[in-house]
Amino acid sequence: MSGHEHTEQPMTTPPGTHSDPHDQPRRLPSERQLPRVDAAIDAGHAHAHADAWLADVTVGYGDRPAVEHVSLAVEAGSLLALVGPNGSGKSTILKLMAGLLRPWSGRVEVLGAEPGREARRIAYVPQAELVDWQFPVTVADVVMMGRYPRLGPLRRPGRDDRRAVTAAIEKVGMAAFAGRQIGALSGGQRRRVFLARALAAEPDLFLLDEPVTGVDATTQEDLMDILEGETRRGKTVVASTHDLACVAERFARVAFVNRTVIAHGPASLVLDADVLARAYAGHLLVVAGQAIPIDDAHHHDQEAPGETHFHDDLPPHRH
Amino acid sequence: MDAVLQPLQYEFFVRALGAAIVVGTVCAVVGTYVVLKGLAFIGDAISHAAFPGVVAAFILGGSYYVGAAIAAIVTALGITYVSRRGRLRTDTAIGVLFAGTFALGIFMFSTIEGYVADLFGFLFGNLLSISPADLAGLLVLAAVILVTVAVFWKELLYATFDPLGAGAAGLRVEWLEYGFLVIVALTIVASLQAVGIILVVAMLVTPAATAQLLTVRFARMMMLAVGVGIGSAVLGLYVSYWQDVASGATIVLVQTAAFLLVLLLGPRTGLAGWLRRRGVAAAGS
Repeated sequence: MSGHEHTEQPMTTPPGTHSDPHDQPRRLPSERQLPRVDAAIDAGHAHAHADAWLADVTVGYGDRPAVEHVSLAVEAGSLLALVGPNGSGKSTILKLMAGLLRPWSGRVEVLGAEPGREARRIAYVPQAELVDWQFPVTVADVVMMGRYPRLGPLRRPGRDDRRAVTAAIEKVGMAAFAGRQIGALSGGQRRRVFLARALAAEPDLFLLDEPVTGVDATTQEDLMDILEGETRRGKTVVASTHDLACVAERFARVAFVNRTVIAHGPASLVLDADVLARAYAGHLLVVAGQAIPIDDAHHHDQEAPGETHFHDDLPPHRH
Repeated sequence: MDAVLQPLQYEFFVRALGAAIVVGTVCAVVGTYVVLKGLAFIGDAISHAAFPGVVAAFILGGSYYVGAAIAAIVTALGITYVSRRGRLRTDTAIGVLFAGTFALGIFMFSTIEGYVADLFGFLFGNLLSISPADLAGLLVLAAVILVTVAVFWKELLYATFDPLGAGAAGLRVEWLEYGFLVIVALTIVASLQAVGIILVVAMLVTPAATAQLLTVRFARMMMLAVGVGIGSAVLGLYVSYWQDVASGATIVLVQTAAFLLVLLLGPRTGLAGWLRRRGVAAAGS
């Protein structure tokens, strides 16, 4: 993957208006560098350039929905933060993209295919609380797991795999700890190790659940430097976080989540008091930036401080 | 020395010894995953569920391996299916199916007229009565199990450690889970003759649990578990031969003793660890 020259596109189109993804030929690398076409021509353009694309998705656990009517397009090469209060559905959206949850309704497409189809190009890192830190594996063992899917059964890790593992461990600054059992590490070191596992998998799409939560400032800077480096190489990073200061300083884009996508735009959105109030006040409003009806009034694609399209005329969410 | 060599002149003892070593190995290998996955209770349920299969095979005159395997596998998959699709917690699903299937076995057993010693053998195990045909069946099952684990050890490890990460990266976590439960079921079937339905869970769990107290490396844990599994099976067999006591129970008691010893004296949880930490503290001050 390489960099993308096109600037802003409408991030999604309302359900039903986008062209069917399966009518479109798979993107070739060269196509990803096409200069921006006028968005008005192609409603599916943002979709075609998205590494992760959700349209009007509802999903939950048991029979209770966790997120409803989520629409979001994550452009290839972007560094996107998912922010929102606890239980707002950030992890759920990451799991949708990772193919770990099947949507109840709506559509999801990841790396131009059904979720799960391009799984080997995805690295997902779960929240630290979900990991059994007493598990008898070392740092190097965990990072090597990033290579397992590409090895498949029967094949043992070879020289390339060991080299990739060593490089990933060095990149996150854990070389001195390669032989340590993971339970013996600090919180920040544990996050470093899981990022190393993701790096060792050499994915095109990183899906990281709270990669910098509860880590010290140095670790946060290091990890964000690495992620930024990956996006510069054309990789796409989606990470959930609680740290709004980190989002403002280090992320390129942000999506506010509170049971649906409240707003989506440049990272400077975190400074928008109105958006913050909507994301964190517990008022559930139907998506703004996302489900934009395609009509003249809404065809303002300039990023600007805008790209938060609030539509108070839309009916509020029913719960 | 004579105590070790003397019984070897009997063919039945050599068969029992072979079975003990094979069962000790297979249970330890599979048990390492069972312990790390937290499936000990499922193992117990599957073994009890094998009972109606054994009784049915007895009544119908079929192979008990086949009867037990069918019953165990159906229950293993049933538990997973019920807890995945239903709205029940896994331990609830186990509690229901565990008792229900075992009751079915006892019910069927009670319909058989007269005293049937063979079936008691399955409840409590008897290595010393293992027949050449049983040993052959055991070897085939063990080979299937060990080859399967050898092929999928990486995938099983990843899916056990981080099912979400493994699933997102394209491993078929759900299939691995169902497949592993089939492996657990087959392991239990293979071990029934040795330790019986009631105690087989100890063969799966205790050696691996002992090993986990000794190491923080996965491969080493599995090797240590195999060592504990084989060692306690062989020692237990000899004790049961010389003392003329139940072989299955003796083996399990040896394993339990090994576990307690390591727990109390071992480097991580016991005296050795305490002394070392004290030594480090003293050296540091």
